[in-house]
Amino acid sequence: MATIRMKPVKTPDLFLECFCISPDVFAGKTPTEISRLEVREGKARNELGDFFDIAGSSGKTAEETDIFIDGDCSRVKYIGSKMTAGSVTVNGNADMYVGGWMKGGSIHVRGNVDSFCGLAMEGGEIQIDGNAQNYVGCAYRGDWRGMRGGTIRINGSAGNDIGTFMLGGTIIIEKDAFIHISTHAEGGTVVIKGDVQSRVGGQMVKGDIYVFGTIEHMLPGFKEIGTVDKNILGQSMKFRHFIGDLGERHPKKKGREIYGNLYLRAS
Amino acid sequence: MAELLIKNGFVVDPSQKMNGDVADIAIRDGTIVEKVGSDAKVIDAKGKVVMPGGVDIHAHVAGPKVNAGRLMRPEDKLFKSPNAQEHYRVEMGFSIPSTFKTGYDYARMGYAFVMEAAMPPLHSPHVHEEIHDTPIIDEAALPVFANNWFVMEYLKKEEIENTAAYVAWLLSATKGYGIKLVNPGGTAAWAWGLNCLSIDDPVPFYDITPAEIIAGLIKTNEYLGLPHSIHIHQNSLGVPGNYKVTLDSLKIAEGVKANNKFDREQVMHSTHIQFHSYGGDSWANFESKAKEVMDYVNTHRNITVDLGCVTLDETTTMTADGPFEHHLNSLNHLKWANTDVELETAAGVVPYVYDKDIKVCGIQWAIGLELGLYAKDPSRTFITTDHPNAGPFTRYPRVIKWLMSQKAREATLDSLKYCSKVIDATDLHGIDTERTLYEIAQMTRTGPAKALGLSHVYGGLGPGLDANVAVYDLDLNNMPTDPEEIEKAFSRALWFVKSGQVVVKDGEITHHGNKRTVWVHAKVRENHQVTRDIQDKFLKNYTLGIGNYPVWDHLAPNPYVIEVDGEA
Amino acid sequence: MPKLITQVGCPYCGASCDDLEVLVSDDGKKILETRNACVIGSEIFHHATNPNRLKKPRLRQPDGSFKEIEYEEAIDYTAKALLNAKKPLIYGFGSTNCEGISAVGRVAEKAGAVLDNCASICHGPSFLAIFDNGYPSCTLGEVKNRADVIVFWGCNPMHAHPRHTSRYSIFPRGFFTSRGQMHRTVICVDPRETDTAKLADMHLMVKQGHDYDLFNAFRTVLRGHKIPEEVAGIERAKILEVAEKMRNGRFVMIFFGMGCTHTDGRNHNVDIAISLTRDLNDHTKASIMAMRGHYNIAGPGQVWSWQFGFPYCVDLSKGTHAHMNPGETSSIDLAMRDEIDCFVNVGTDAGAHFPIDAVKHLKKHPFITVDPNICMASEISDLHIPVRIVGVEEPGVVYRMDNVPIQFKKVIDGPESVPSDEELFDRIYVRICELTQTEPIWVHGKAPVPASTSRVK
Repeated sequence: MATIRMKPVKTPDLFLECFCISPDVFAGKTPTEISRLEVREGKARNELGDFFDIAGSSGKTAEETDIFIDGDCSRVKYIGSKMTAGSVTVNGNADMYVGGWMKGGSIHVRGNVDSFCGLAMEGGEIQIDGNAQNYVGCAYRGDWRGMRGGTIRINGSAGNDIGTFMLGGTIIIEKDAFIHISTHAEGGTVVIKGDVQSRVGGQMVKGDIYVFGTIEHMLPGFKEIGTVDKNILGQSMKFRHFIGDLGERHPKKKGREIYGNLYLRAS
Repeated sequence: MAELLIKNGFVVDPSQKMNGDVADIAIRDGTIVEKVGSDAKVIDAKGKVVMPGGVDIHAHVAGPKVNAGRLMRPEDKLFKSPNAQEHYRVEMGFSIPSTFKTGYDYARMGYAFVMEAAMPPLHSPHVHEEIHDTPIIDEAALPVFANNWFVMEYLKKEEIENTAAYVAWLLSATKGYGIKLVNPGGTAAWAWGLNCLSIDDPVPFYDITPAEIIAGLIKTNEYLGLPHSIHIHQNSLGVPGNYKVTLDSLKIAEGVKANNKFDREQVMHSTHIQFHSYGGDSWANFESKAKEVMDYVNTHRNITVDLGCVTLDETTTMTADGPFEHHLNSLNHLKWANTDVELETAAGVVPYVYDKDIKVCGIQWAIGLELGLYAKDPSRTFITTDHPNAGPFTRYPRVIKWLMSQKAREATLDSLKYCSKVIDATDLHGIDTERTLYEIAQMTRTGPAKALGLSHVYGGLGPGLDANVAVYDLDLNNMPTDPEEIEKAFSRALWFVKSGQVVVKDGEITHHGNKRTVWVHAKVRENHQVTRDIQDKFLKNYTLGIGNYPVWDHLAPNPYVIEVDGEA
Repeated sequence: MPKLITQVGCPYCGASCDDLEVLVSDDGKKILETRNACVIGSEIFHHATNPNRLKKPRLRQPDGSFKEIEYEEAIDYTAKALLNAKKPLIYGFGSTNCEGISAVGRVAEKAGAVLDNCASICHGPSFLAIFDNGYPSCTLGEVKNRADVIVFWGCNPMHAHPRHTSRYSIFPRGFFTSRGQMHRTVICVDPRETDTAKLADMHLMVKQGHDYDLFNAFRTVLRGHKIPEEVAGIERAKILEVAEKMRNGRFVMIFFGMGCTHTDGRNHNVDIAISLTRDLNDHTKASIMAMRGHYNIAGPGQVWSWQFGFPYCVDLSKGTHAHMNPGETSSIDLAMRDEIDCFVNVGTDAGAHFPIDAVKHLKKHPFITVDPNICMASEISDLHIPVRIVGVEEPGVVYRMDNVPIQFKKVIDGPESVPSDEELFDRIYVRICELTQTEPIWVHGKAPVPASTSRVK
C-alpha cells in the first residue's frame, strides 16, 4: 500500500469542489501530478496544490492507494465521491458529499461531516467520528434508487432524512437522529442507537429500522405485532416489533404482504 | 447571395428516385437550385452519403408534459448530460433533453423538421415558448382534439361544418398544424377517473363513442383539406390484445379519399403503432401481432403509420392518454404526474425502464422492429420512438442500425435475459430483411414529409425545396460490415445544412441556423353559431379570458404559415 | 375619452386573475380605475403612476448615500460584478415575466452564476416532493367544473389568494357543479381558525407540525387499517368521517400551502399529500395543487426546466452543465454557508424575506437589486436598477399556479427610458460579451425583439 499525504495550507474563500480526491483518481500519479488536478471554487479553476501540500506516493491502482488528509476540510466537498477502492482518511471535518456515489473502499472522517454523506452509495464503508448533518445515505433528488449497499457509521448524531429511498446496505447512527428515517425505503437497514423525534418509516415499503432509544411520535401507519429477540451489531436485545407503513403499498410474496419492520427496544 | 455546392456525394433521395447517384446539390439563399456560380462555397461529399434533412413526424419535444417530465426528473440529468460545446448553450438531460439539447441533437443527426405530437390548446403559449427556445430545427405542433368538449358536442350531432369551423379557429388561435387524436373519448372519461378501452365504449356524459369521434374528425379534416391527415393515438394503448382495437380503428378510414392540395394521399396517420400491435390477454401470454397489423396497413394505401420503436433505455413516458399513464403507474409504482386540462384534454408522465432483463420489454422491442421490417411500403412507414415514450429520439440511429442489419438485431436479441421467450412471442428472429439506405430515406425523409403535406418544403433535394441537406460518413459502395458504424454515422452528420446554412460540421454544432415555426391557417366561412359557442364556453367554463387565449405572434417570431382555403 | 381595457391580468398572487378591467386616461399614461381586482391587485395598478417612481438607477456612494446614475453605468457595473465573482447568485423572479426570466437565464449561463427563484423560500419543498413522487394535478377549470370535495391544507386563500375561492374553488358554478358552493364540501386542515377555516364545512385543527402524521392516518384508513384513537390532535372518528367524504367524492381537490412546506419535514408533508392523492385515485378522481404565491412564480420553474432541466437552485458555475441539489445550491443554504460572492436580487425582496444572517453574509459582497419599487433589499443594495412593472407597463407570458400560461397585457406606457427586465438583462448580457470578447449567443441567430415593441397592439 502507498499513501498520499495531504495537508491543507489555504482556506478557500468559498467552498472547494474536489471530485478528484479519490484513490481512483490519485492512483498511478505522482504528488506533482496530483497537485495539478483541477478543483473548482464556483467558476474559478484552481489546482489541488493551491490548497494542499501533497506528499508521499500513490499505488498503481485504487486498491493500493490510501489518502491521508491531515487537517480541516470543512470547506471541501466531494471527498471520496465515486471511489471504488482504497481509503481516504480525514483528520478533521469534511463538507458535503463525503463518499457520495461510493462503490467500494473506505472513508474515515475523524471530525464532523455536512449533508449528503454517502449519497446514493453502492458499496464500501464510511466511518464518521463526529456528527453528520442531513441526508445520510439518501438518494439524489428524484431518484428512486437510493443507497444500495455498503455501511455508513456515524458515531455522533445525524439530522433529518436518513436512508430516504434506501434499497440496501446499513446505516448506523450511534447517537440521536431528528426526523424521517427510511422514508420511501424498499430495503436496507438503519440502526439508531439514540432517540428519534418522529416520522420513522413513513411511506416505507420494505426494509428494517432499529431504534435503541425512544421515538417521541410514532406514525399511525405502524402497528405493533409482538416482541422479538434480535441480535443486532453484536448485541442481543428484546425489541417491540412494528410493521408498516400500513398506509403505503406493499409487494406480495406467496400471497402475503411484505411490510417494513420497525424494531423499538423494549424498555 | 449565399451559394453552396455539395459536390460528388452519393445522393439518396427517394423523392427524385435517386439511389446513390453521384451528383451535386446546389443551394442558393436557403433553397435548392439547379446550379450555382463558380464562387459558391464547396463541400466535398465524395464517397459520402447525401440525404435530405430528416423529418420527424411524431415526437414530444415541447410543451407542458415534456417540461413536467424535465422538472420532475433531476436524475435524468445528473451525470447523464454532456459537457456543453464551447460558445453554445448548455445541454441537459438524457430522455427528456432541454430545448437547447433537443435542437442541437436533432441537427447533429441531420434532422430539419420535427412535429411536436400533442399540444394542449390551453397551454399553446407554453408550447411555442419552448419551440422558440429550441434552436435550428423547424417545428410544428398538433393540437389535441379528440376529447375536446366542442368537438364531442358537434360530432354527437354530426355537425361536420361546425366542427371544421371550430378546428380552423383553434388551429389559428394556437398556431397549430393539424388534428391530433389521443385516446379518443378515453381521456375525456379520465376526467372522472374512467377510460374508453374500445372504440364503442361510450364517453361518459357525452353520448358519443370513440369510433364516432374518429370518423367525424376524418370527415372534418378532409372537409377542410388540411395538409396533414388526422394523426391518431388509438384507444387501449399498451394493453395486451389491443391489436383488435387497432384494426377496428384503422377500418374507420376504409373508403375515405384524401382531399387536399398538398400531395397527401392518406386520410389517417396511425402513430406509434408498436404500442398498438399487442396480442395475448395478459402480460403472461403477451405476444406480437405485428404481422396482423402490418398486413392490414400494407393493403390500405390511405393509411400511414410510424413505428414507436422501443430502444431498451431508461426513459420517461408522457402522453395525453391520462388513463394509460395512471395504469402504467400502477405497474411500476414510480412517480406520476398528471394534468387534466379544462374542456380539452389531459396528460400523464411516468418514468419507465425498458429493461433487457424483463420479458415484456424484449417483446416490445421486437414488435417495433418487426413492424418496420414487415412494411411493404416504406414510404408509408416512418421511423420514430414516440420520443421519449419508447426511447429518446437520439436513438434513431440505433433503430436504423437494427432495421438495416440482421446481425445487429441478433446481437441485441442475444443480450436479452429472456431471449428464447422473446423469440417464441415474436417473429423477429426469423426475419432476414435488411432495410436499404433508400428505404431508410423513405422512412425518415420523403415519406413523413409527404404524409405531413410538406413535400414541397422538406424530404427531398429537388430544386425549389428548402435546402436541408445531411452528409453522412457512409460509403455507398463499401458499406461497413460492423453495424455499429451505421449507428455512428447517423448519430453525427459530417455536414448538415439547414435552410442553406451550415449548422453542423463533423458532428459539432457550428451555427444557430434559421429556425422556423410552421402552422396552418385554414380559412372558413364565418360561422356565427361556433363563434357564439366559443364565447359562451369561455364565459361559463374556462378560467381564462378568450382574449388571452390566442398565441401572440411574438412567441413564434419566425413563422412559416401554410394557408388552406377551407371554403373551397 | 378614457379607455377601458378588459381581460387584463393581475400581477399579484398565484391566482393570476385575467378578468380585470382597467380604465386608462386619454393619453394612456394614467390609471383611473380598476375593476374586478382584489384590494391588493388594485393597489399594484395605482402604485405604478406614483409620482415618486424611480426612473434611474441609484449607486451607493462611499458616504453611504445613493446617487442617480445612467443605465449604461449600471449595466456595466452589474456585468463586471457578475464577471468578477467566483460564484454569483441571481435570485428572485416573484414578479417578472418569462421573457425576463429567459433573458436572465442567458446572463447566468454566461456569467457562471447560480439561478434561483422565490420558490426556494416558498414552494421549493413542493418541488422536492414532485421530484420524488410526481404531481397528479389539473388546471383550475377542472376544479371549477367538477370538484365536489375541496381540501385546503395549510393554506389560507381568503387572505393570500383573495379571489381564488370565487373564481376557482368554492363558489363558482361550473359545468358539473351548477349549484356552486352548495355542490361542494369544503374541508380545511389548519392549526389556526383562519378565515378559510371559518368558511369550510369541516375544520381539522391539526396539531402544529404533525401534518405528516395526519396524512399517514388518512392513507392508513383508506387501506382499511386501524389507526390510534387520536392522531395529530384529531379524533379517530373525525378522521374516518373525512376519509369517507374524500373516498365518496366524485372529484377531490387538495390545495396545499406553506403550512405544509414550511413546518418540520417540509417536502415530506407534500410528498405524502401526493401519495394520498395517488391513493384516492384508486377510489375516485383526485388532484392536488400547490397554492403558488406570486402571479408568475411558476414561470421560472417552467422556463429553467426547459432551458436547464431544473426548476430552481440551478448552479451554472461550472460553465459546461447545470447542477441542482437544494440543500446545497439553494439560496438560503448558499448564503448561510457564505458560499456566494455577488448577489443580484430581481423582482423580489430578499432583504425582507431572507434570515438576517444570510443577508449579512451577502452584504459582504456586491449586492444589486433590480426592481421597479423601493423595498428593503433595494435600500441595502450597492446598486438599485428600476425596471418597468410587468402586467402594468410591460406585457409578457406568466404561468398561473396550475402552470397554465397566460399572456399578460400592458395597460399603460412605462416611464420613458426605463427598460423592462428582458431589455435590461439582454443589455447586461451584451456587455458581458463585450468584456469577455466573445460573441453573443442568440438561439435564433439574432438578438430577440424587445417584448414591448412587438407585442403592443
